[in-house]
Amino acid sequence: MTDTISPFDEAGIEATIREAADARTPILIRGAGSRAGLGRPAQAGRTLSTERLTGVTLLEPSELVVSAKAGTPVAEVEAELARVGQRFAFEPFDHRPLYGGEAEPTIGGLVATNASGPRRIYAGAVRDALIGVRMTTGRAETIRSGGRVMKNVTGYDLVKLACGSHGALGVITEATFKTLPAAETEATLLIEGLDDVHGVAALCAGMGTPFEVTGAAHIPGQGGQPARTCLRLENFENQVRYRAGELAARLRSFGAADRLDADASRALWRDVRDAQPFLGSPARALWRISTAPTRAPGLVARLGALVEAHLYDWSGGLIWIATSAEGDAGAGRLRPMVRDARGHATLVRAPDAVRAGIDVFEPEAPALARLTAGIVQAFDPAGVLNPGRMHVR
Amino acid sequence: MTGIALPAPDPAILARRDEIIAGLKALVPGEGVITSEEERRAFETDALTAYRRMPLAVVLPSTTEQTAAVLAFLGREGVPVIPRGAGTSLAGGALPQEDAVVLGVAKMSKVLDVDLANRTVRVQTGVTNLGVSAAIAHEGFFYAPDPSSQLACTIAGNIAMNSGGAHCLKYGVTTNNLLGVTFVTLKGEVIEIGGDALDAPGLDMLGLICGSEGQFGVVTEATLRILPMAEGARPILFGFASPETAGACVAAVLGAGIVPVAIEYMDKLAIDICEDFAKAGYPRDVGAMLIVEVEGSADEIDEQLARIGAIAGDHGATYARQARTPAEAAAIWKGRKSAFGAMGRVSDYICMDGTIPTGTLPQVLTRITEICDNAGLKVANIFHAGDGNLHPLVLYDMNDPVSLAKAEKAGEDILLACVEVGGCLTGEHGVGIEKRDLMTAQFTRIELEQQMRVKSAFDPNWLLNPAKVFPLDDRLPKVAA
Repeated sequence: MTDTISPFDEAGIEATIREAADARTPILIRGAGSRAGLGRPAQAGRTLSTERLTGVTLLEPSELVVSAKAGTPVAEVEAELARVGQRFAFEPFDHRPLYGGEAEPTIGGLVATNASGPRRIYAGAVRDALIGVRMTTGRAETIRSGGRVMKNVTGYDLVKLACGSHGALGVITEATFKTLPAAETEATLLIEGLDDVHGVAALCAGMGTPFEVTGAAHIPGQGGQPARTCLRLENFENQVRYRAGELAARLRSFGAADRLDADASRALWRDVRDAQPFLGSPARALWRISTAPTRAPGLVARLGALVEAHLYDWSGGLIWIATSAEGDAGAGRLRPMVRDARGHATLVRAPDAVRAGIDVFEPEAPALARLTAGIVQAFDPAGVLNPGRMHVR
Repeated sequence: MTGIALPAPDPAILARRDEIIAGLKALVPGEGVITSEEERRAFETDALTAYRRMPLAVVLPSTTEQTAAVLAFLGREGVPVIPRGAGTSLAGGALPQEDAVVLGVAKMSKVLDVDLANRTVRVQTGVTNLGVSAAIAHEGFFYAPDPSSQLACTIAGNIAMNSGGAHCLKYGVTTNNLLGVTFVTLKGEVIEIGGDALDAPGLDMLGLICGSEGQFGVVTEATLRILPMAEGARPILFGFASPETAGACVAAVLGAGIVPVAIEYMDKLAIDICEDFAKAGYPRDVGAMLIVEVEGSADEIDEQLARIGAIAGDHGATYARQARTPAEAAAIWKGRKSAFGAMGRVSDYICMDGTIPTGTLPQVLTRITEICDNAGLKVANIFHAGDGNLHPLVLYDMNDPVSLAKAEKAGEDILLACVEVGGCLTGEHGVGIEKRDLMTAQFTRIELEQQMRVKSAFDPNWLLNPAKVFPLDDRLPKVAA
């Protein structure tokens, strides 16, 4: 067990980090801990939690903007947005179905892991919606980058740098996002029985139409259930109806498309977002691989028996692959093949012992790794924040 | 000379000019090294034309390898480098200095690969913004960021400044449409960052480099996200009696769950000048005008415009006219996109670029009018209303130094007003030299120091575009990264 400190304000965060930096004692940073299984298991005697920094601090629907402190539950912000007919366009990814646990995901964790869902293919990731952050760096200094306006090139974009930095640069204390109106309704076109190559080809064809497909996933067949190739449309009622007809016509060569209504569509995309429902036992290790969609099915084929279950999202550009959690969870064979496909792989789930022994994130080329180290050093010269979480130091 | 200070050239570098040029010529053959005064003249300024500085030399590499060799050489020799795209920066981002070599990407302008299935293109960064869309238009695709200078400006410059445009309300700015870059450091290292997949591993270096104003390295190739064109698009013009009613209408449209691809605002003076020039059919008898564009099939457009029209009516629109033909639509956009050129026929001007929370529009417009009235200057307001990005054009007389000084002061006051209401100094043009000395109004010293440490991590000796972005007198060039 580690000693946990939960400051009420940025001054408390600064004091905790200053103390750690002065003593050169590493600290772990966490929100509620719902994503604690992500990254390499970092070692530290002390944990700094943002769970007491809470509250929506700005909600301006007519400016498409919302701000919240880091410890605010994502669900609370989503509820506030829903009240005014808006949402996070990136469809926040929730790691609980992968890791289990009851902890309520926070805004800080969402930003620190850039955790985006299926709509990322259309609307961008967390990093694209994030327009401002406050962050206490490893120097125990609180800085702002960006702000509350969606077009801002004043100074370097440290907002993007903070997003997905897994606590390596600082503790995010508050985040501001561009929001979008929630769609009036949605529908999903389903084509059954396609193999991976044709399924991904259908997704790419759909993404190349003007009908603004907001989700594009291929669920391979398993246990007697046929494969499903899924394309989501979200918009005003009339537009969804019209576009579903046009899209089905454009995809006719791949097969007849069934149409899921709004409720069935929502349920399906919740499962696609969570990924776990299609990936079998939670005891399996889980990889998340990014590549260009058309190279994805070939990569899966080459991985062969290593793949115990898989799922394509983002038009095929995101592949979830379940492997055996034994040994190195397949890293030794998988990484070179992923590199050949000009992709990269993150080991999202595996026992601590496995994640401690290998690179969880795609290793960087030496020149890039040197730049990364320089940036980390610029923010956390004492190297006390989440040491080893992203990279072996 | 004018108000913004520039560093005194280093005499030791000036004295070594011949040697430096010889070194460059050994790396880049033939016409790639420009040394004559006459030819260098073309590079002495950018679109912030009040400032001019003759560079030591200009080098135009033809390949990434040459770029790497040149950067390694200049880095080793301690010679400042001014990266340059097409030189369309309105903020002085490409302004040279006498002891610096301009490194232009103009000779690297090919579209290398088009991948429609994966919706990406790979380009050399000297290609123009419009050149990217032109290469894929016949396939029904386009590249979304559309700065007004898109005919001339390069992807290299777009990446350096994280350029926007009129349609970024829906499609985002450069950083949202950039998947990968070939990045050359001052040590001459060639680093591939990102690729053609959606998320790159590690820290978001791509996001950090985009908008770094040529202060980290030189991007020679880029992988861009492209999008299928909408079935159709149609702009509608609304006229309002006052800026306040126009501003309230924008807020109401967005609040109603409609996100048009573009919402552009023009005030009376901007309307008059653009209409004189472009004959776009703008209404002359209104106090403010909005151009709202929506996309989709003809029926979808009708439905959206009906919703928007009803909201505009509720907010006191006194004029409404849809484009009925593609020619009318083109004319409406021609008026807006030629605004800067049209203004240039009438008067010299400086174009400001603050962003404000859109709800503060009426109060900021009132403030802008006050500031310019007090200075005895005219101002025309053009505004990406959906995203809060203001472009007040402050008119002055270039031949009258007093007038320029007043215009620069008024411009500063306008930007400070933007910061005061929770906005920022620059929405899409970048800091350059123009807003450099105002950065202390936006950021604390601690925040600026942290940004400077990031620069030092890429460029410890501050050779890349060194006189830009950060105030000269408050620098920590030796800040340990």
